[in-house]
Amino acid sequence: MITELIITSTIKITLVIIVILTGVAYSVYAERRISALIQNRIGPNRVGPAGLLQPIADVLKLLLKEDIVPAKATKPIHTLAPMISIFVALCTIAVVPFGDSIHLFSRDIRLQIADVNIGILYILALTSLGVYGITLSGWSSNNKYSLFGGLRSSAQMISYELSMGLSVVGVILMTGSLSLQDIVLHQFGWKWNIILQPIGFITFLVAAFAETNRAPFDLPEAEPELVGGYHTEYSSMKFALFFLAEYANMIVSSTVIVTLFLGGWQFPYLQTFGLPPLVVSLLQVFTFVIKVVAMIVFFIWVRWSIPRFRYDQLMNLGWKVMLPLALANIVITALLIAIFRS
Amino acid sequence: MLPNWLARPALAGLGLSPGYSFILYLALIFNHNLNFLQFTFENILILFFSLLAVFGALMMVTRKNPITSALYLILNFFCVSAIYLLLRAQFIAIIQVLVYAGAIMVLFLFVIMLLNLHDESKLSEKITYKKLSAILISLLLFSVLAITVYFSYMNKYREIHSSAETIGTIEVIGNELYTTFSFPFELVSFVLLAAIVGAIVLAKKKFD
Amino acid sequence: MLNNYIPILILMLFAIAFAIVCVFLSKFIGPKNPNPVKLSTYESGMEPVGTARQRFSVKYYMAAMLFILFDIEIVFLYPWAVAYRKFIPNTVYYALIEMSVFIAILLVGYIYMIRKGALNWD
Repeated sequence: MITELIITSTIKITLVIIVILTGVAYSVYAERRISALIQNRIGPNRVGPAGLLQPIADVLKLLLKEDIVPAKATKPIHTLAPMISIFVALCTIAVVPFGDSIHLFSRDIRLQIADVNIGILYILALTSLGVYGITLSGWSSNNKYSLFGGLRSSAQMISYELSMGLSVVGVILMTGSLSLQDIVLHQFGWKWNIILQPIGFITFLVAAFAETNRAPFDLPEAEPELVGGYHTEYSSMKFALFFLAEYANMIVSSTVIVTLFLGGWQFPYLQTFGLPPLVVSLLQVFTFVIKVVAMIVFFIWVRWSIPRFRYDQLMNLGWKVMLPLALANIVITALLIAIFRS
Repeated sequence: MLPNWLARPALAGLGLSPGYSFILYLALIFNHNLNFLQFTFENILILFFSLLAVFGALMMVTRKNPITSALYLILNFFCVSAIYLLLRAQFIAIIQVLVYAGAIMVLFLFVIMLLNLHDESKLSEKITYKKLSAILISLLLFSVLAITVYFSYMNKYREIHSSAETIGTIEVIGNELYTTFSFPFELVSFVLLAAIVGAIVLAKKKFD
Repeated sequence: MLNNYIPILILMLFAIAFAIVCVFLSKFIGPKNPNPVKLSTYESGMEPVGTARQRFSVKYYMAAMLFILFDIEIVFLYPWAVAYRKFIPNTVYYALIEMSVFIAILLVGYIYMIRKGALNWD
């Protein structure tokens, strides 16, 4: 029984990691192509058909580069920091369901790595650990730009973690469970949380942008003043790990946003069409992938459309706008539930 | 913040506490006619995480660089969280990571970086009262833990209680906390309020 | 119940393995010809001045401190939010008022924080 569990979950995990890594490679490609489109350029188009092999070339190039560790850096921590970043980025996906369950090889396979009782809290806990990768890389490099990039980023991340945690409470109130599978099942038909929890959706979305250090919140790597921010002193695969972690975080937060607010793998009224179960399962996974891709494109679109915030504006937005907004959302949601359900 | 001479021993006591719980665990094993010494997968995991917690605690106390110390303390918190999980306390386990590893240790890192002790040897001065207070605090903690465990579990505690699984879930905690324990819960808000005001007042001189 | 966590353990092992392999792969594959200039700290092409580990604004410390306190507040909200529907219909208003009082008391601290300008970044 345990062995079967270990084998099936190892297969699932391998597949999910492969999908994420490919996803990262092609969201980098998509980012470059879409930004080129927005800025009226062409973008990478030489390596392979339409530049599709560009990500592979990039990875190979980074792999063959020299791994430079500055003489003044604290070496063990300098090596540890990118490892923490990628660890957090990859582990967060564990509780996100990418489908209901699928009947294959005469057994039901749940399309989720782990359905645990504490679902969302697991995601929030891992997100809060992401701060270490950035703070430590900034500190250990012993470089002024790195230190300030790291510090800004960690202060930004912890500030927005509050509004992220608070907007999740609204979703939990709607569902009464922390399990992400329950949250998706609760959003059947058109009862998506984006409709029932519009304020929570906005605060969560903004917090997700800030947590992933994406524009307009990419202060930690604001090039004009901080060079490369916390990863100024990184090269070769260690740099690649930060890059990978950033994009993996973007993908994972897209999956979390889709799961919490956009109905997850639910396709409205799909079960009523009378399709065979296998087709339904596959369509649900397909729906999930489409929603996630749309979300990623939205992330990229925002990055190339909105200018960067100033640091004081960013902190004020987090503490003085998003936090009270998310708090008000909780009280209003609770009040409405109390009125309409009793 | 605590004064420097007190902060380090207090941290040491905090860090060593899982070590003591491991010793207590061993005591439990040998006190029960080796009933506990079944090498199931679960027990091996508990043993592994306990040993790792002790290792983290020891490294935390002995490292010269305070940032490295802080990192070992995070490792220690992780192991404690894993032990909570193995004892079926899911909610407490994740809160351990969320609050201790994810929030409190970030503050510690900031404080270490803010104080920025250029001369790291300052921290390892051989002043005996520091070590003395460290030993005293950890002995106090040890005795508290020992007494608690001795009087509450000895002769009763053989295996994880069957109700542990339900009690550890967030649903049960929520139900209890907001009905039976609603008054202590409201008091918590005052404690937090005091902490907010205290933190601002203490740091206020710096940004005026 | 613990079985639910086994996949997470496996995933964590996978992630650790991936991180280690990536870091050490480049150490072995990449060229190695360091020189003092290459290994010096980057400071826009200038000679690095002083140390990077300077003291920084106390604001960062304030943000981290206040973050912990509000984070603990949020931790209390999770069990409440999960259990909230179980209070319907008899004690739901009790639960609502209970949490409103909790939030209101902390709101006093929040307003104090804003008034004192503890988080004014300028």
